[in-house]
This record gives sequence, C-alpha cells and structure tokens, in this order.
Amino acid sequence: MKLKTTLLGAAAAVALAPLAAQAERGEDGHLNIIYWQAPSIMNPYLSGGTKDLEAASLVIEPLARYDEAGNLVPWLATEVPTTENGGVSEDLTSITWHLKEGLQWSDGTPVTSEDVKFTWEYCTAEGGGCAQSEKYNDVESVETPDEHTVVVNFSVPKPFPYGPFVGAQAPIIQKAQFQDCLGPKAPECTDANFAPVGTGPFTVTEFRPNDVISLEANEHYRDPDKPAFATVTFKGGGDATAAGRAVLETGEFDYAWNLQLAPDVLEQMASAGQGQVVSSFGTLVERIMINLTDPSPDLPEGERATKEHPHPFLTDIAVRQAMSMAIDRELLTEIGYGEAGRPTCNVLPAPEIYASTANDACLIQDIEGAKALLDEAGWVDSDGDGIREKDGVELSVLYQTSTNAVRQDFQALIKQWWEEIGIETELRNIDASVFFGGDPGSPDTFQKFYADVEMYANNFDGTDPEAYMANWSCDEAPSPENQWQGNNMPRYCDPAYDALVAEMAQTGDIKKRAELAKAMNDMLMQNYIMLPLVDRGRVSAHANSLGGVILNTWDSELWNAADWYRKDM
Amino acid sequence: MTDRDDVPVEPANNPAGAGAAPALDPATEYRPPRNQWWDVWDQFKTHKGALVGAAVFILIVVAVFLGPYLWTIDPTYIDIRAKNQGPSLAHPLGTDQLGRDTLSRMLSGGRVSIAVGLTAMLLSIGIGTLIGVIAGYFRRLDGPLMRLTDLFLALPILPLLLVAVLLFRDMLSAAFGPEGGVFVLIVSLIGITSWMQTARIVRGDVLALKEREFVLAGRSIGTPSRRMITRHILPNVLSPIMVSATLGIATAIITESALSFLGFGFPPDFPTWGRLLFDSVDRMQLYPERVIWPGLAISLTVLSVNYIGDGLRDALDPRIRGR
Amino acid sequence: MLTFTIRRLLLAIPTLLFISLVIFLLLELAPGDPMAQVPLTVPPEVKERMREALGLGEPVHVRFWKWLVQFFWVEPLHLIDNLFGTALAEGQQRVISWQSRSPVMDIVAQRIPQTLWVVGVAYIVAILIAIPIGVYSAYRQYSWFDQAGTFITMVGFSVPPFFSGVLVIVIFSVNLGWFPSIYDTTHEVNDWDSFVVQLKQMIMPVMVLALQITSQISRFMRASMLDNLGQDYVRTARAKGMTERVVVLLHVLRNSMIPVVTVIALGIPAIFGGAIITEQVFKVNGIGQLLITAIQANDLPMVQTLTFIFAVLIVLFNLIADVLYGILDPRIRYD
Repeated sequence: MKLKTTLLGAAAAVALAPLAAQAERGEDGHLNIIYWQAPSIMNPYLSGGTKDLEAASLVIEPLARYDEAGNLVPWLATEVPTTENGGVSEDLTSITWHLKEGLQWSDGTPVTSEDVKFTWEYCTAEGGGCAQSEKYNDVESVETPDEHTVVVNFSVPKPFPYGPFVGAQAPIIQKAQFQDCLGPKAPECTDANFAPVGTGPFTVTEFRPNDVISLEANEHYRDPDKPAFATVTFKGGGDATAAGRAVLETGEFDYAWNLQLAPDVLEQMASAGQGQVVSSFGTLVERIMINLTDPSPDLPEGERATKEHPHPFLTDIAVRQAMSMAIDRELLTEIGYGEAGRPTCNVLPAPEIYASTANDACLIQDIEGAKALLDEAGWVDSDGDGIREKDGVELSVLYQTSTNAVRQDFQALIKQWWEEIGIETELRNIDASVFFGGDPGSPDTFQKFYADVEMYANNFDGTDPEAYMANWSCDEAPSPENQWQGNNMPRYCDPAYDALVAEMAQTGDIKKRAELAKAMNDMLMQNYIMLPLVDRGRVSAHANSLGGVILNTWDSELWNAADWYRKDM
Repeated sequence: MTDRDDVPVEPANNPAGAGAAPALDPATEYRPPRNQWWDVWDQFKTHKGALVGAAVFILIVVAVFLGPYLWTIDPTYIDIRAKNQGPSLAHPLGTDQLGRDTLSRMLSGGRVSIAVGLTAMLLSIGIGTLIGVIAGYFRRLDGPLMRLTDLFLALPILPLLLVAVLLFRDMLSAAFGPEGGVFVLIVSLIGITSWMQTARIVRGDVLALKEREFVLAGRSIGTPSRRMITRHILPNVLSPIMVSATLGIATAIITESALSFLGFGFPPDFPTWGRLLFDSVDRMQLYPERVIWPGLAISLTVLSVNYIGDGLRDALDPRIRGR
Repeated sequence: MLTFTIRRLLLAIPTLLFISLVIFLLLELAPGDPMAQVPLTVPPEVKERMREALGLGEPVHVRFWKWLVQFFWVEPLHLIDNLFGTALAEGQQRVISWQSRSPVMDIVAQRIPQTLWVVGVAYIVAILIAIPIGVYSAYRQYSWFDQAGTFITMVGFSVPPFFSGVLVIVIFSVNLGWFPSIYDTTHEVNDWDSFVVQLKQMIMPVMVLALQITSQISRFMRASMLDNLGQDYVRTARAKGMTERVVVLLHVLRNSMIPVVTVIALGIPAIFGGAIITEQVFKVNGIGQLLITAIQANDLPMVQTLTFIFAVLIVLFNLIADVLYGILDPRIRYD
C-alpha cells in the first residue's frame, strides 16, 4: 500500500512538473503585501504620496519605466524613442511614442493614443491640482496621428524628454473612465479614483482608503500567462517593525515595503528564517544642511533665517569643514543602516556617470584635523568652558531633524563628535508631519529652518539630476517672499553655480551633462554647504516562498509584480 | 443621626484657630491635647501596604535625585565600542545601542519622569477637583462649567499640543530657560488635557453628597459655603480623587514620553523612563532587560503611590481611624 | 427629569456649534500642511496648486460655513437618499477627505465595524470583569484577592499599550504562532469557522485594551464601594437582618455606582474614538487609526468631522450620565 502511494506520488510529480514550469495565470493563488503606510487613493495624479504611487502601479502603467539598473525600458510602448532611432526630433522639441499592438484595458476595450493624450489633458486641466504636473512641464501639445502613435511637442528643446508618460508618477489612465473628472471635478469621481481601469497585471475589487486594497488578476493583461497570482491583498497601516515582523517572523505576509529599521533589529527578524531582506541603492542621501543665515529668535519674524542676516559663524567655511571632518560616516552607516547604506561624500551619488570621486576624503573621520582647522581660523576656547569662540561669538548650534529612531541615534553621535571639537550642540526633533509640511505659519518646518543645522534625506525621480541640482540656485531659497517654499535650505547663493544650472538646461549631450552635474556637486561639497552622510538604500523583505522579486529604487517597487510567483518549497 | 460622627466636633475646633488647633475629642479628654494630624499618622502607620509603598517611593525619589551624584557617568556619553553590553561592573545595567550607560540613563530619566508625573498629576487633580466641586456644589455654575468640560473633552489633543507649542514654547524658554520652559510646557499641557475625568467624577459625587443629611445640618447652622466645601464635602470625595491621582501619575509619565517623541518635549537625547521604554520596544527580543528596567520603574512608582493613597485615604477617614 | 433632559438637549445645540467652531479654529491655527506627505521631489509650485484645488485658498469663515452646510444639510440628505432611494442631495458637495478625495462619512461607516468589534468588545469585557473585581476587592479589603487585584491592575495600567501590545504579539504570534499579528479588516463572519477566525484575530487587541480599561474602572469601583461600606445605612440594613448579598449587591453597589457611571459614560465616546495606539500595533485600522492618519496628513475635513462626531457623543453620554445619577440616587435633583 505504502509503496503504491509513493509510486503514485512520484508519477504525479513527473506529470505535474512540465505544468509547473509553464506558468498559468492565477495558478499561484493569493499574494499578501504589506505597506506600513496605507494608500489613500489609487490615482497618482491626485496624490504625490509614494505609498499611493506604488499601490497604483499594480493597476495602471506608463509608456516606459526604469528597470532596477535605472535604464529606461519600454512598457506600454514598443521601444524607447531616442534621437538615434528617430523617435526624438533633432531639435529636441518632440518625441514620438508607439503603443504596443493589441493592448486592452481591464474592461476589455482597446488602449488607444487618445487615452495617452487624455492623460496629459487630465493632469494639466485647470483647477485639478495635479500632483504630477511637473512631469508635463513645457508640453505644448500632444498629437495622435493614429490609434497607436503619440507625438508630444515641447515648447522648448528638452534634452531629457522622458518626463511625460514615463515612470510610476505618470501612468496612462483611461479616457472613458475619467473624461468627466477634469479639473475641479476630479475629487467627485471617487469610484474612478479608487478603482481605476488599467492595463496592469491586477485590477481593484475593493478599495478601503487608508486600510486595505483587494485586487484580482486582470483577465485582459497582455501576457496571457501572467500574473501568477489570482488575488492580492494589499494591507496598509502599522509601523515598519510590525510589517517586518509579519513577513520575516510570522510569515503572514509575502512582501513588506521600506523597512527602515536598525540593522540589528532586521538581522534578528531575518534569523527567524521565514523570509529575506533585499536592498538596493538609488539616489537617496541622508544629509545635514547648514544654515548660512541667522536663525536667532531675537530677530523679528520675517527677517529670521533670511539672507538679510548672515549666520554669525556658519558663514566661515573653516567651521563648516571642521564639522564635516568630525563626522565618522562609516560608523553612522554601520549603526543606522548596515548593509542598506553606504557612506557618501556626494549629494549626487548615482547614477554612475554623475557620481563624483573628488570629495572622498571626507570618508575618514579626522577629529584632530578639525581641531587644528578651527584653531587656525581663530576659533579657540579662551574661557575654558569647552566651547570655542571668536570675537565673543560662541560655536553653539541647534541641530534639528524629524522624529525617527535612526535619526535620533545619528543626532546623539554627531553631537558627541561636534562637542569633542568644541562646538556646543543642542538637539531638537520634530514630528515628520510638521517638519516636512510646508505650512508657512509653523516655525518648525524644514524650509523655515529656524535652526543652525538640520538633517533629512532627499532624492530625485528617475535618473536625470537636472531639476535636483537646480534646487540650490539663488532663487530657490525659501523666504517670506515666496511663502517659505523652495528647496535651497542652506540659502546658498553663488552666481557661478546658477550659471552651471542654466548651462545644463541647454545641454543635450549626456557626457557634457554628466560633467556639469559633477561640477555642481563638487562645488556644493567643497564649500561644505551641506554634509552628505549616508547613501541610503531601499530595504524591503519578502517571504522565502515568493519568487521573481527584483527591488527597484528608480521606479515603483512593485514594477514587476506580474512576474512574481510562488516558489515550490 | 449624621453620616459623620465628627461633624459636631469640628465647630469646637474653630475658635482656637485653623488646622493647628488641638482636637478636643470628648472620648479622649484625658489624653494630652494633640494635633489631629498625629491621629492621621498613627492610623497611617498601621497600614502595612502604605508603609511599604512610602518606603519604596522615598527610595526611588532618593535614588533618582541623589543617584546621579554617586553614579557619575554622563547619561548622554556615547562609548560606541561598548554598545549593547550586558550587565557588568562598569555598567551594572548594561549599555544601549550606542553604548550609553543604562543605569545612569535610568537615574537621570527617573528624575524627569517623577518630577513630570507628580507635578502634572497634582495640576490635573487640582483643576479637576476645583471645577468638579464648584460645579457640583453651586447649581448656577454647574451648566457653564460642565459645558466647558465637554469642550475640553472634545478637543483633539494632537492639534491642541501643536498650537500650544507654537504659541508658548519660545515664550516659556525665554522665561524659564530651555529645559525649565519645556518642563513647564509639558506639565501644563498634561495637566490641562487630563483634568476632565476627575472633574466629572468629583461633580457626580458632590451632587449626591450635598443632598445628604449632614450637609443639610451643616448648612442649617449657617456654615459658609467655603467651609462646607473644605470641611465636609472634600473629605468625602477623597477616595475617587486618590484613585485619579494614582492613575494620573502613570498616564503623565507615559504621556510625557509620547510628547517628547513627537518633538513637543525634551530634546531627543534627554532620557526619561517612558522614552527608554519606547526606544527599547523594537529590540525587545534581543535585549529584554532594556524594556524591563523602565517598565519596572514606572510600575513600581505607580504601585507605591497607589498604596500610599490607600493608606492616606484610610487614615483620613474618621470612621476607620481609631478602629 | 424630563424637562431637565429636554432643556439640556436644546442647550446642547449651541454648545455643539460652539465646540465645532473652536475645533475648526484650533485646526486652522495648528501648524501643518496637507502636502507634508508628498515627496520632496514634487516642486513647491505644484504643491501650491494642489492646495488651491483642496479649497485652501478660501478665507476661514467661508470654509467653516461650507463645512457646516455640508455636515448638517448635505450629509443628512444623502443619508435619506440612501435609505429611501430619493435624490435630494444630487449634485451637492459632501464632506470630502483631502487624502482620499472621497466622502468622509463613507470612510467612517467603513471603519465602524472593526472599531466596534475590537474596542467595543474590549469595553464590554472590561466592564464585566472590572465591576465584580472592584466589588469583591472592596468587600474583602486587604485579602489576598484584593492585593493581587491591586497589583495586576496597577501594573496593567502603568504598562503602555505600545509595549504590552508588542509583547503579546511576540509571545502569541511570533513564538507560539497561535494568533495572527495583523488584523484582517476584510474578514467576514458568516459561519462558525469564520467566527473562530474572527475571535482569534481580535483576542490580542481586546486583551491589551481591556486590561487598561479594567484597571481604571475596577479602581474606581473599589474606592467607591469602600466609601459606602462604612456608612450607617449599611449597618442599619444588616441590623434589620438583610442577607449580605442583598446589602452589598443592592444597597451598597447602587450607591457606589455614581463615579463608575461617570467613568463609563466618559469611556463610551472613546469606543467610537477608537484606540489609537492599540489599533496601530495590531493594524486594526479602525476610527482611531483613521483619526491619527488624518491628523498626520493634515486632512482637516476628516479631523473636523471625526472630532465633531466625537463631541456629539461626549455631550450625549454626559447627559445620559447626569440622568442616571438621578435614577441611582433620587435625592439628586437638577431643577
């Protein structure tokens, strides 16, 4: 009897083996994904939030997107247009996309160039408050010569024409579904915003805002064998620790997003053997910004932290350089990020062609050197209280950042190093929703910068750093005149830098662009306007039984969810 | 028959002066005159739980206020080579993930936690009792004061804190120095947002009490309202106040850590018990002792205050006293 | 009592209007920005346009008036439409959340089941446990039962849920694997098996929450019972030859209920308000989680609506408590 069962089992295994290799849509059952920030809407044009973009990327797709190496790959288009293949015009003012043949929306209707054109109209409609309108900057018109061809015309030459319809931020939406939702009517289309008709591997069956999304395989998906999963539960809420625990320790979930946890905590979770941690690097850099203006509370509101009042001591480059030298970036990385971080001396660490190597000396901590530098510049501790001073000005800084366990550890460590070289440091942490909120009425936002130094992380979309590097031009400095908007937190202003920014906007040649970007990066670094600390990778985790995961930091993490499958364990 | 045996006695005290007057209890006439607080103390002494509670509490207070002078390691000093160590002679309670000494963090953290816990609790109990008694006793004020309570109960705490920090932080820092300012801010915020329950409870009890015979009797001989409240009403609502006080300390200690965590309170490298507990939860499985120490300290403090409260309540109740 | 109730109900209307104004102004004054969660890569001009699309450009009093109309006129009409299939609210703007751009009341309705399942059940369990513990602890003051009860409730109250919640997850989900660590809000109970699943997923959050509530109520119950057990009327009742059961459970308990009724009446609106930390720890995603995410995202219409509903419940239950005082102790009169 026993032998017979074994034999039958073996026979069955042989019979099933070819089937397993040849995947079929929906055969792997159910997939559980957890995001500790819960998505609130499935329409990326109405919400810039990463959580919403990534959830939506399961359903709606762009013409082309970035792969895990940061290369553009065609998605709904047949190929990526370039000047070489004639897709981009010689004068860089138009780009022509061709849609794949036979594409269908999840309701079975064909995808046409009209839908692509409509997407542009939707995002640029007056009064809609489209979160991605930056992507459609300078687009003059979108033409549809035939059902499968889209021509985007720009009003100015675009050296990098891959803004519109590219990446998770700018997916194509269905005209039929959204045509009554233009402009101010956008929020009224709740059903469309919660369950957009898409071309992606899954479609929404139920959407509960800020809680959970139920999805099922899209039966009109272009690859008849994909996706391997029939249904998906996309749960949101909680915190990163709980999400990591649910994948790595209890095995309740298959995929957990963005596990920003201390390395020893992650390691302990992974040791449970249920899943594995994956990480990948992008352009996210944790940095300290130095305020070149005076944030003193004694100044009247409206003049505080503006260019009228230069900072009493941070305008001295010796002080800024000493602060940088005192930091042990290797140690910070080891404590805070482990495998998922790399010490860096550049604010533009990637992609490869843009990464400068001119500043790598900062990787080695040099406390003695920092002290010598300060001595030389005349900053000495003359009254014996451990704090250096010059002309009655004491080196005393207020160091603020958002509330986050790793950032508070960084603060404590850096405070100790700075105090060692004679710079008194007071720490302050601010709730992220206030710190990163742009409320001009709040004194605690990172734009107002009512502190001497502040720490946060930033990156840029896609692979082109032009807009990112333009952040530090003179007119980007937050001030009362522009309601404290702008990304030039240090209030750095150098005409030479602005000239480089202007030059890059005119340059099409990729090598030349890379040189310009590097020059700008080096200029910022060698002036110690900001102190980059760690090049932060994205860390996520997936169950051992989940196959096909390729972590991508240039686009949505779920970009290839169609290829995910259940491994035989 | 009155509800309180000592009611007729009290007017006899008054001609001689306030609380310092010797109590002339007819039953103990032949004893030398003594302050009634001695009776309270005598009764308190017989309450074993209260004595142990008081001893533990005094021990904790002495430890956190004198401890940092004996155990002189700086609680914010980072010795990264000594991170995540277990107990040793150099670090009796081990070190944290940055190599800071846990014992010195516990000691200086306790100083803040206990100070915040006690002051915030006193403030909240004070406001709560005052509003509760006035609302319960004076019918005319009942409506407005209770609507005020409803308003405070309904206000969302987090935006309220944001506004308070926005309006008062710089002002208080200027007046009391950076740390003093934060202390005043935190204590008043906790006090102002947590008095409502006490007020509602006290008012409910007072409403029932003022219809009782002894109040009627007191009023019929012309006792003024102020004395009615302090002499007759307050002692009878002491037990729920004591319970609120005990629970209030625990809430205040935890709320302080939540406030600091959100960035409304002390700087992030400033240890407090609530914060130590919060920061260690992620590493609960790796280093369980790190959650045990602050958890134990908070629980012990609250337990000891609870027993002191029990003993005090018994001691202040003349029906139990002397039994 | 009836006139008192009617008068108070009428008085509640201006009170609530005033409260809603105070809440609105408070939210207005609080620093914060609905764009805080939008990535830094989105340029400031775009954020400014998004703010305008949310209606933030309009003056404060216009927005308050709009909210009043939407909440007190459009939403009830919409409810009537839903119940009777009419079309009274057709084309009128409802209260819209800034995060999800969908009607706030729909989301609230979606969240009520899990909030009631977890927070509501925890409250009932806690009351059912706390009152007997409080009564018996007082009746046998300083017995081992009382001592153990004191110890457990005080430790239970001192340990915050961000710790106790994670502790039970580590014990029961990670190490023993008995219960799920993540609450499934889409789970439907339609037979015995699914009920067992539901029971399993709610047992840990209910446990953690009930511990806190039990501690509080049982302490007040015990203190109040102790006050009353020493009263003369108890001696009289005993002297008349009543059984201990009747004396304790009928006379003393009834007279001791006033503070407990107050605490419970204050707690019932809190059921609706959800339990922010416990919901977060167990991913229950009830109303508490909704409120906290709305506050963090500065979703003002959502925060305003939720806190206002909360305010209505507070006013209502405090009124109920006042009426109950009169029933428990007929000597209490308000007129």
